Amino acid sequence: MSKSINELQDEVIEEFALFDDWMEKYEYIIDLGKDLPLIEEAKKTEDRLIHGCQSRVWVEAEVLDDRMCFTADSEAIITKGIISLLIRVLSNQTPENIVKSELYFIGEIGLQEHLSPTRANGLVGMINRLKSEALKQLAK
Amino acid sequence: MLYLCTMVPFDVLRVRQDFPILQETVHGKPLIYFDNGASSQKPQQVIDRINHYYAKEHSNVHRGVHHLSAKATEVYEAARKTVADFVGATHEEIVFTKGTTDAINTIAFSFGETLKPGDEILITGMEHHSNIVPWQMLCERKRCNLKVLPVLENGTLDLSEIDRFLTEKTKLFSFVHVSNTLGTVNPAKELISKAHAMGAKVLLDAAQSIQHMPINVQELDCDFLAFSGHKVFAPTGIGVLYGKKDLMESLPPYQGGGDMIEYVTFEKTTYNSMPLKFEAGTPNISGVIALGEALNYLNSLDLQGAFQHEEALGKYLRSHMREIPKVRFIGEAPETCSTLSFLVDDLHPFDLGTLLDQQGVAVRTGHHCTQPLMQQFNIPGTVRASLAFYNTHEEIDRFITALNRSIQLLS
Ligand SMILES: Cc1ncc(COP(=O)(O)O)c(C=O)c1O
Repeated sequence: MSKSINELQDEVIEEFALFDDWMEKYEYIIDLGKDLPLIEEAKKTEDRLIHGCQSRVWVEAEVLDDRMCFTADSEAIITKGIISLLIRVLSNQTPENIVKSELYFIGEIGLQEHLSPTRANGLVGMINRLKSEALKQLAK
Repeated sequence: MLYLCTMVPFDVLRVRQDFPILQETVHGKPLIYFDNGASSQKPQQVIDRINHYYAKEHSNVHRGVHHLSAKATEVYEAARKTVADFVGATHEEIVFTKGTTDAINTIAFSFGETLKPGDEILITGMEHHSNIVPWQMLCERKRCNLKVLPVLENGTLDLSEIDRFLTEKTKLFSFVHVSNTLGTVNPAKELISKAHAMGAKVLLDAAQSIQHMPINVQELDCDFLAFSGHKVFAPTGIGVLYGKKDLMESLPPYQGGGDMIEYVTFEKTTYNSMPLKFEAGTPNISGVIALGEALNYLNSLDLQGAFQHEEALGKYLRSHMREIPKVRFIGEAPETCSTLSFLVDDLHPFDLGTLLDQQGVAVRTGHHCTQPLMQQFNIPGTVRASLAFYNTHEEIDRFITALNRSIQLLS
């Protein structure tokens, strides 16, 4: 049995609890960004682009055995790190669970400032995109 | 200037006490506010003035017979006089707008009405979107042509091309005095006289110069000048359009409504004279009064000393930035103000901005509303540090440390 979205969120929260200061936290996010499995250059098309981000972010969604599989890329490494956390929590989940999910981990790990819809990094845009890809699957 | 008698030599630490927000902390660290190009902070005197207005003086202007209306009108018009004195104009030449954008749109619409198909508007390659899009819209409406004076690699205008771009067809040359992205100070006076020689009118976008240098419209001889209150220590939502009186009287109004009329019948309306002709509807009274107060505040300072301090800060910033490996300046004009755009190696501006923010440093990252300029330099954006006279050398030192730490984390 693979882990549920909330189990994965709790895991992330636990990891972040180990950090004492902002530097350690961002160092970790930057490392995640470097490890993010990239999408192919050819797939960086307009329809995969998330608007409203200061750095361009592309997301690719696929379905494998009824579960969603996401890959992404961005020009900014911190943005990549943050989307990598989102993907870790939401990948390999059913579209239904993704749509229903409530992503409390973002606030818990102190990234809520990235959540404001007016922030230039578009974390809200990323979440909306992942959920809308799941919604599209449900509608099929 | 009016307040010279009470003037004490510029002392940055004392002046900082006048700006409450500068005492704030961000992420537990003292705020270093280097985003003055986007908007400047407000002195207590301006904040108090808004309160006082609403507590003691508020009513509508130019209308009532009663005491408060007369009072509000009096302080409103006194602010107009303060603004006029500040830029060397007469009070009839000062129109209050929402900001620079609104001022430019006013001219694009009103002056634009006088244009014919085939007429040309000249701008430059370093304009803010607010000095591009209104002209594009006008050119579409009136079948005019928009010409763009190129920018060189070092961030200066290609003046060798000016005679090719400025012709008898040019009806208006609208350009930025100081580039918000590059920090370049353009040779305004020279460009204005060249334009006049060709019979063109000139609009000077002073959004980024009014807070950094003395501006005198008579000396510059520009036909129109635009700036925003919020970049010159006043509130948002208020700005200024200066226009030469005779020229403004000859132009059609922009918006119709109350205040801008002389006499209205259903058949025909005659318009008020300058400046009210361009101020339709109830204006931003508290904004106007607070703008007047911000300029009073500046007049009470040793402004020359303030500008010298700022110039020294700009040089200090540039020289220390040059010591950081792989830093590249976007804009290396010989004449710059204390605004510096840069990139570090191939790091994304967003990453640098995010890590600087964590250390209490507020900078702007992105395209700075100058996308065509970004396209020319083939970059996604820049990190921009833009200073004001209330910044200090010590803040620059802390900024450099924070930047070095950010680079280290990202590399
Ligand atoms: C050079 C320049 N022009 C125009 C503007 C537009 O000013 P506002 O948004 O206050 O109307 C700005 C503001 O960023 C600017 O820097």
